[in-house]
Amino acid sequence: MNTRLLPLAGFLLLLALLGFGIWWSSTHDLRAVPSPLIGKPAPSFDLPLLYEPTRSFGSADLAGEPYLLNVFGSWCVACRDEHPILMREGKRLGIRLVGFNYKDEPDDAKRWLAQFGDPYDVVIADYPGKVAIDFGVTGAPESFLVDGQGIIRYKYISPITPQVIATELLPRIAAMRQEVAR
Amino acid sequence: MKPVQWASLLLAALVALVSLTSLAAVDPLPFKDRAEEVRFQNLTRQLRCLVCQNESLNDSSAPLAADLRRDVFEQMRAGKSDAEIKAWLTDRYSDFVLYEPPLRGGTLLLWFGPLVALLIGAGVVVTIVRKRATGVRAGPPPDTGEDDW
Repeated sequence: MNTRLLPLAGFLLLLALLGFGIWWSSTHDLRAVPSPLIGKPAPSFDLPLLYEPTRSFGSADLAGEPYLLNVFGSWCVACRDEHPILMREGKRLGIRLVGFNYKDEPDDAKRWLAQFGDPYDVVIADYPGKVAIDFGVTGAPESFLVDGQGIIRYKYISPITPQVIATELLPRIAAMRQEVAR
Repeated sequence: MKPVQWASLLLAALVALVSLTSLAAVDPLPFKDRAEEVRFQNLTRQLRCLVCQNESLNDSSAPLAADLRRDVFEQMRAGKSDAEIKAWLTDRYSDFVLYEPPLRGGTLLLWFGPLVALLIGAGVVVTIVRKRATGVRAGPPPDTGEDDW
């Protein structure tokens, strides 16, 4: 090989590396931290209910049936994009939708749900953010799919879209139902 | 009051105001001594904030970072070692939370990739230099009419 072409080959290699980097960052969410909790039991917790702060609600009350834990907050702008999808398609999931109100003023959260509608079967409030850390929450919105045995099966970071429901959530929920039937 | 007294009063008010704002910017933790504070600072500097991912837990002003600093502090008080606290964090947030990832199969390329690239580069340089050296000893190369760069 002509050694004069070596620098050109090196340059083309660097160009290919750059191209790969651009492709990678456009197809992957670089901010999405991989969750080490997938396939592991969801942390046990007890939190006050948003609408009845004196009553606590926790993992024991949720055991036995699958549920989708949806982290949201009235302060979270992206949650406003996600909210209409949950209102419209939340029932399609066929499992309980648990609202996890994260680091939010209860009055703000209630006003937010009154204004946009409440898609949740139950809403729990984590003002200090301790349970959120046990779940490895990095922000809102985030969603955790938990099966009847209390195992976290899937985590989705960023707003749920109809496509995510169709391609990620519904197939997993169907698979979970089949496992139980067997 | 004399003008000098007025000025000193104004200065005192200003100092109080400035110290108030600087207090609001950080979350003061009740360190019992300097050694504990140094240990805390060293540990949180090795941890990555999950919200602003290019900031350490020590620098970040994100609410989650403040929560994690509080938890790290509580665990230090509970007598946990630095390694135990890091394990507690990676159980929840994966190795991502560590600025220095642990050495294991999947991270070998990360740790030694730069060294491999350096060795390849050194190999290329050595071969080129050797080739040139033998070329010189054999006499000047024939003029091909091309530019020599």
